Amino acid sequence: MKHYTSLAEIHRDMDAGKINCVDLVKGYLNNIAQNKDLNAYVEVYEAEALDKAVVVDEKIKNNTAGKLAGMVVGLKDVLCHDAHGLQCGSKILNGFESQFNGTAVERLLAEDAIVIGRQNCDEFAMGSSNENSSFGPVQNAADPTRVPGGSSGGSAVGVQANTCLVSLGTDTGGSVRQPASFCGVLGLKPTYSRISRHGLAAYASSFDTIGIFSKSVEDNALMLEVIAGADVYDSTVSKKPVPTYTTQIDPHKKYKIAYIKEALDSDGLQPEVKDTMTDLIERLKNDGHEVEEVGFPMLRYALETYYILTFAEASSNLSRYDGVRFGHRSEKSVDLESMYKASRSEGFGKEVQKRIMLGTFVLSASYYDAYYTRAQKVRRLIRDELKALLSNHDFLVLPTAPTTAFKIGALTKNPLEMYLADLFTVPASVAGTPAISVPYGKDKGGMPIGVQAIANDFEESKLLSFSKYLMN
Amino acid sequence: MDQEIIDKYQLVVGLEVHAQLLTQTKIFNSDENEYGALPNTNVGVITLGHPGTMPLLNENVMGQAVKMGLACSCSISEYNIFDRKNYFYPDLPKGYQITQDRTPICVGGRVVIYKKNGEEHAIQLNRIHVEEDAGKSIHLDGEADTLVDFNRAGVPLIEIVSEPDIRSSEEAHAFLMEVRKLVRYLDVCDGNMEEGSMRCDANISVMLKGAKEYGKKVEVKNMNSLKNVQRAIDHEFLRQVEALENGETIISETRTFNAQDGTTSGMRAKEELNDYRYFPDPDLSPFIVTEDWLNTIKANMPALPRELYNKYMTDYRLPAYDAQVLTESKEMAFYFEAVCAHTKNFKAASNIIMGPVKSYLNEHNLSITNLSIQPEQIAEIIALVDGNKLSFSVASQKLFPAMLEKPNQKAETLAEALHLLHDGDVASIETAVDAVLAEFPDKVAQYQKGKKGLLGMFMGQVKKKTQGKADPKITNELLIKKLG
Repeated sequence: MKHYTSLAEIHRDMDAGKINCVDLVKGYLNNIAQNKDLNAYVEVYEAEALDKAVVVDEKIKNNTAGKLAGMVVGLKDVLCHDAHGLQCGSKILNGFESQFNGTAVERLLAEDAIVIGRQNCDEFAMGSSNENSSFGPVQNAADPTRVPGGSSGGSAVGVQANTCLVSLGTDTGGSVRQPASFCGVLGLKPTYSRISRHGLAAYASSFDTIGIFSKSVEDNALMLEVIAGADVYDSTVSKKPVPTYTTQIDPHKKYKIAYIKEALDSDGLQPEVKDTMTDLIERLKNDGHEVEEVGFPMLRYALETYYILTFAEASSNLSRYDGVRFGHRSEKSVDLESMYKASRSEGFGKEVQKRIMLGTFVLSASYYDAYYTRAQKVRRLIRDELKALLSNHDFLVLPTAPTTAFKIGALTKNPLEMYLADLFTVPASVAGTPAISVPYGKDKGGMPIGVQAIANDFEESKLLSFSKYLMN
Repeated sequence: MDQEIIDKYQLVVGLEVHAQLLTQTKIFNSDENEYGALPNTNVGVITLGHPGTMPLLNENVMGQAVKMGLACSCSISEYNIFDRKNYFYPDLPKGYQITQDRTPICVGGRVVIYKKNGEEHAIQLNRIHVEEDAGKSIHLDGEADTLVDFNRAGVPLIEIVSEPDIRSSEEAHAFLMEVRKLVRYLDVCDGNMEEGSMRCDANISVMLKGAKEYGKKVEVKNMNSLKNVQRAIDHEFLRQVEALENGETIISETRTFNAQDGTTSGMRAKEELNDYRYFPDPDLSPFIVTEDWLNTIKANMPALPRELYNKYMTDYRLPAYDAQVLTESKEMAFYFEAVCAHTKNFKAASNIIMGPVKSYLNEHNLSITNLSIQPEQIAEIIALVDGNKLSFSVASQKLFPAMLEKPNQKAETLAEALHLLHDGDVASIETAVDAVLAEFPDKVAQYQKGKKGLLGMFMGQVKKKTQGKADPKITNELLIKKLG
């Protein structure tokens, strides 16, 4: 099967009678089989996807098909899909099946998307390299010795390796944007609260956002249009009307753009990434955009703020995995305390345990004000500063990640350096603003580079238009 | 211990009352809120804390909490966030309880109790907040494993927290009675302490009388009746006084009440060492109280026991005792109200309800809502008595039981059919009067010599002869006339 890059392209071939959904699904299943070593999928719904393809083909014939007919989708293993496995890349949910569809999944299915499989990720979405999965690491399709980024590594590689057209990941501090950058695909983190979190197994509730991987801007826009918006199952979701993003993509607009001085000056920025940014700034200027260097002094506090608050929320969100009602219960349980301790020690990986313990610490009575309360205040300051920049500019542009994909195992011994991989993605997560990672060239070794644009709340349309321009 | 020593000390008590709300569904999902269902039947994915689930606030819960707050003169918070109270226990599905730590929906307020002399006394409240209940751990005899029933998990609760404003176990009892009365009047909780739909923890301390600073407080749990709360407080007071007298210091701890012997004992230290790590729940958007919403609740508030009590005392001029008994339960008060809509003789209405009606209900262990006789029929009985067609005793001893049997007949029709009505026929009464006077010539003579008190005896004899039917007014007139 040819490597499709957009649903429009698939529809053209379908209209021309060159392909139908069954062929398409067979093609993707074949690609999955050929790329098995990448370890992008933890479960493939072969028979089910083929059955659904027959149904969708019939609907297309009868002109009753939904907006996403022909869209073959992968789901990160943290999204609830009724009667399908859900493990969050963790042993603690061994054998667990979700009993309901999350809102995003429900809306995809209602528009006739075909879900082809459940994708590997860092355990409970905690990680920047997809090396923290109980299902083992995911490999970057551009170089299997390198990581795909994380935590939505499987979902990024799924699109990168043509095993699905689009996939849904989640982005808490960069978990869609950073792997998109490492894998050379488009990765959107919408505004916090734009998409219902109902059916997203929580890592850090006040940061978690479902995000979209795609090859084309149009597919990303279409997916967002379908899954965003008000939802009775999530009281925190925005009730703002959802624009028809697909009709608003305009690559010809001129913008006022700021680039962040601190980001370009930061230590550890790979020279090729820096060069890419310099080239981009030149291009923007040449194309008639207004480009300005700005300071973002609060950037230096973003990582600490992000980690304190997400760990705190995670320590509470993950308390439900206790071996009582579902998931893993240790054989070594002899009483209540040993059941808790052994089940959670065996079920959770090291990174998750570390975050739970640190989160418990920052919420504890003696340290609460020093960490949690202060981090909340700094979060507001970061947001204020970012919003102030965005009130004068359409976008902030900066690299998605300081480097391209690193070698598997390269940073596992050095967690602080690993956390630095999130340096440029966490500000938008801390502030809740939308951001996108756009593939923009490669380094000398052929590894993809991504550039990131951050826009003001609910300005996804603008981000998509700008991405379209960047990708032209 | 010497009473003299005991008298040196002042008891200080604050109560925390949890009341399960009578909503159709749970506080954060649509599972049924139903007592007594088979274990683990009202347990959807949200109740069980499955991954990916989020709480959805049942606004009715906030409405019920606000009703209680208004009844206690609390101020109502406009901006409400919810907090997570984190701890591990098998009956707590998410590993945290959603509660209101920083922004309780109701702030301040008071519960008014009555002292023995009828004087009002206000117990100040700290707050009333909403939260979710946990499930129930069940330890069966001879069973090594603990079983958990999650039906109760997520049942809405209000927690009513008093200030340390209670100074005796009697006051604590009166406070709880009043709270129970309020929740029942408001229809927000059935107030059943034995079934656990209303639960109470007590913070108890002692200090020397006149001291400025409270002593170290001890929290006592596990008292499942009003009486046990009183017993626990009495015991704890003496225990603490004794400890202080022995030169010991009181440690702030949680103790559990043992109903068998009326004592309290310390819980294992481990169970107390909880740092709950409260923080705002990021899965729930704040609940904003709007003026319209609040006004709707205010407009739908039922009459409250204290309002009715005052009305019965001042408007109806009933004795305090009557007002107290009639307002004890909402059903009783509302029935009385309904009777009073049909009669202006409020005292008579009170007499019938507190007399024959109440003893019938007590005897048959019934609630007044089960009474087959309608309030307007009670008013009919009163009208018959007021119209001298019937004596109160015949009304209560004969007509009332007859009406219970035949609740569809009018009081007068039934009384007539049973020949209970006073005979107003002067001629037949005169016959009876004459017969009585003929029967007791010596008494007649005594009367005529001035022993006027005998009139009552003659009245009684006439009444007896006519089986109570002779109109007392006519009888009285005839006797006086004939006795000269």
